[in-house]
Amino acid sequence: MSPHRRPRRTAALVSAAAVTALLATGCSSSGSGSDDPNAKITLSVGDFGTFGYKEAGLFDEYMKAHPNITITENTTTQEGDYWTALQTRLSGGGLDDIQALEVSRIALATSDQLSGAFTDMSKAAGVEKDAYLPWKWQQATTADGRTIGLGTDVGPMAICYRQDLFAAAGLPSDPAQVSALWAGDWAKYVETGRQFQAKAPKGTYFMDTATGLYNGVVSSSAEQYYRKGKLAYQDSAGVRSGWKLAAEAVQAGVTQGLKEFDTPWQTAFSNSTFATTVCPSWQQANIEKFSGPGNAGKWNIAQAPAAGNWGGSFLAVPASGKHVAQAQALAVWLTAPEQQAKVFQKVGNIPANQKAYALPGVTDFTNPYIGPKAPTGQIFSTAAKAITPAETGPHHGDLHGAFSNGVLLMEQNHKSADEAWAATLKQVASSVQ
Amino acid sequence: MATPTRTDRSDPAGPPPTAPQGRREPTALRSRLHRWGHLASPYLFVAPFFLVFAAFGLFPLLYTGWLSLHRVSLYNVDKADWVGLQNYSDLLFGPPSHYFWNALGNTVTLGVLSTVPQLLAALGLAHLLNYRLPARGFFRTALLAPYATSVAAATLVFALIFSPEGGMANWLLGLVGAGPVRWEAGPWSSQIAVSVIVIWRWTGYNALIYLAAMQAIPRELYEAAAIDGANRWQQFRNVTVPELRPTILFTVVVSSIGATQLFGEPYLFGGQSGHQGGADHQYETLGIFMYDQGFHSSMLGRASAIAWIMFGLLLLVGLANTLIARRLRSAT
Repeated sequence: MSPHRRPRRTAALVSAAAVTALLATGCSSSGSGSDDPNAKITLSVGDFGTFGYKEAGLFDEYMKAHPNITITENTTTQEGDYWTALQTRLSGGGLDDIQALEVSRIALATSDQLSGAFTDMSKAAGVEKDAYLPWKWQQATTADGRTIGLGTDVGPMAICYRQDLFAAAGLPSDPAQVSALWAGDWAKYVETGRQFQAKAPKGTYFMDTATGLYNGVVSSSAEQYYRKGKLAYQDSAGVRSGWKLAAEAVQAGVTQGLKEFDTPWQTAFSNSTFATTVCPSWQQANIEKFSGPGNAGKWNIAQAPAAGNWGGSFLAVPASGKHVAQAQALAVWLTAPEQQAKVFQKVGNIPANQKAYALPGVTDFTNPYIGPKAPTGQIFSTAAKAITPAETGPHHGDLHGAFSNGVLLMEQNHKSADEAWAATLKQVASSVQ
Repeated sequence: MATPTRTDRSDPAGPPPTAPQGRREPTALRSRLHRWGHLASPYLFVAPFFLVFAAFGLFPLLYTGWLSLHRVSLYNVDKADWVGLQNYSDLLFGPPSHYFWNALGNTVTLGVLSTVPQLLAALGLAHLLNYRLPARGFFRTALLAPYATSVAAATLVFALIFSPEGGMANWLLGLVGAGPVRWEAGPWSSQIAVSVIVIWRWTGYNALIYLAAMQAIPRELYEAAAIDGANRWQQFRNVTVPELRPTILFTVVVSSIGATQLFGEPYLFGGQSGHQGGADHQYETLGIFMYDQGFHSSMLGRASAIAWIMFGLLLLVGLANTLIARRLRSAT
């Protein structure tokens, strides 16, 4: 009776779901519940920030093609809040049919503790393993070979810069020349900052925050917080060099010391008080939103000193869902090349699906707001392919948060590099068991 | 139905002599039932409260206590390892003790910074509103507006006011020639900013309580004082404040409990680092510390231990208030 056969142990769950569906709709006459492909069902998608599905009209498109399915989106602005709620629901119930997972959480989600809560997407119908960036696929795969999430986007980094401020400070403003200023070395980026600051217009800074710089250095390092399955933050090459450069940048006074994503940071975009920000592809949407129409055409985009990944997410289907098969089908469809390309063109999220890069409108994409002449699509897809995957672990997100906060201690609370380092280690000791 | 009881009561030594032997059994049963009903019905009437309290008050309290003796992670509550009093000793002496004592200190300083000006301002406002002035009704309603505003909305507005990027607070400081302050970064400036939000929200609420109490003070006392030549300030000090003493005590108790549980204002004020009360934990309260440990670091056992310590502290605060109240009462 059903095209989607379920494992036996979920039979009870399915019948319970059928009863619930009957009670909820009060009009179902088929009685076959969620296994009936034509039964009217609602799929809820839990995500955070800007996934772009609604913006690109993908939910509407899917609902049109599947008249029996209604899609609702539960979206949270801050990923931190989203993850907190998700953790609570993992033990308490109330999960959405599809739950997005951010890359910093994926190591925890694939750990033995949590991976059982999600279904194996590699077995979902129509999924093409080879289409996804190999390291992205690997990140969502557990030790025993189950893949719990499909990559939606990756966060290859570039540097977005204000060409008007660069020109005012006597620096080149063409993307190729700007990329050459710091090609291959983050230290050159800080050095450019010194040059900028020496002749900068009054009240402007070279970068928004040193945490962005720290993040850029660590994310483009092969060694981050883990080494061979063990915590290695104290002597990790990536953490050490990121910390050192961030401290230098603070010392040199080239950062404005804003906290990323906070209101003052957002306001600073429209006040034009800083000249560069480390910008993964998804950040383009924020830059346009916060800088406002008054600053159109003033931003441009250059290659980062080294290719790194900041952010990017996965779609996972919780095993406890009422409509697992339908939810998997939706997740597969949403992460297919055509859909990822549409999302990219709408909100700038770089596809995790390599096949999307070959589609027209991705590699040759230019952003009408940010440097209309900059080869935006090319910059990001080159960076995406050049990313060296680094080992991560369950506490990656916590550690990265603690160290980024440590950088903030240097630039906002005027602590010395050593004081801030000690405070960060203390914080890690207290929050990582 | 009332008759047997009355007979019963009028002759507690035995059955009513007029009652025939054959009818004795049912009467006794009925009277016993009735007496039982008489005893039980008050409890039945209050039962809903106790059931709700047991489900939503007592059970969470005990469950939290049980959790506090375990190492348990937020996303796997079923798997709890017994660790005894480890969580408590960690908090008081172990790795997180630095943050615990820091949060406790901040809770006290934030409590003083917000409660004292708040109650003083409320007293002053209530005194002013107690006079006959035009549009008194409007002012009284306006007092409650901040209290009715959601904490999220209020805090977001104040975060803008204290923003280093074109915030109003720094603009005002600039007018008098003082340099811009990084409100959120400094330990004192950030605590002052948070206190301002708390004061703004709760002053009107307390003022209305004071106003209600002031209106119950007999007019004759003021008239007598006026005849004795007391001016308005002397009337306020010598008539209003002593008469308001129980009300003031009540607001002190309520405000100090509120201060101990302070969470929303500093959490939202901190934005991205609100979960730990600022980048340097500079305005982390016990409530935020509990949230951070439980929901950010997923250490539910330790968060439960913090909850129990807070519960103990609240009992102490209540006890201290009672003692002070008793002393004040015996002093008068």
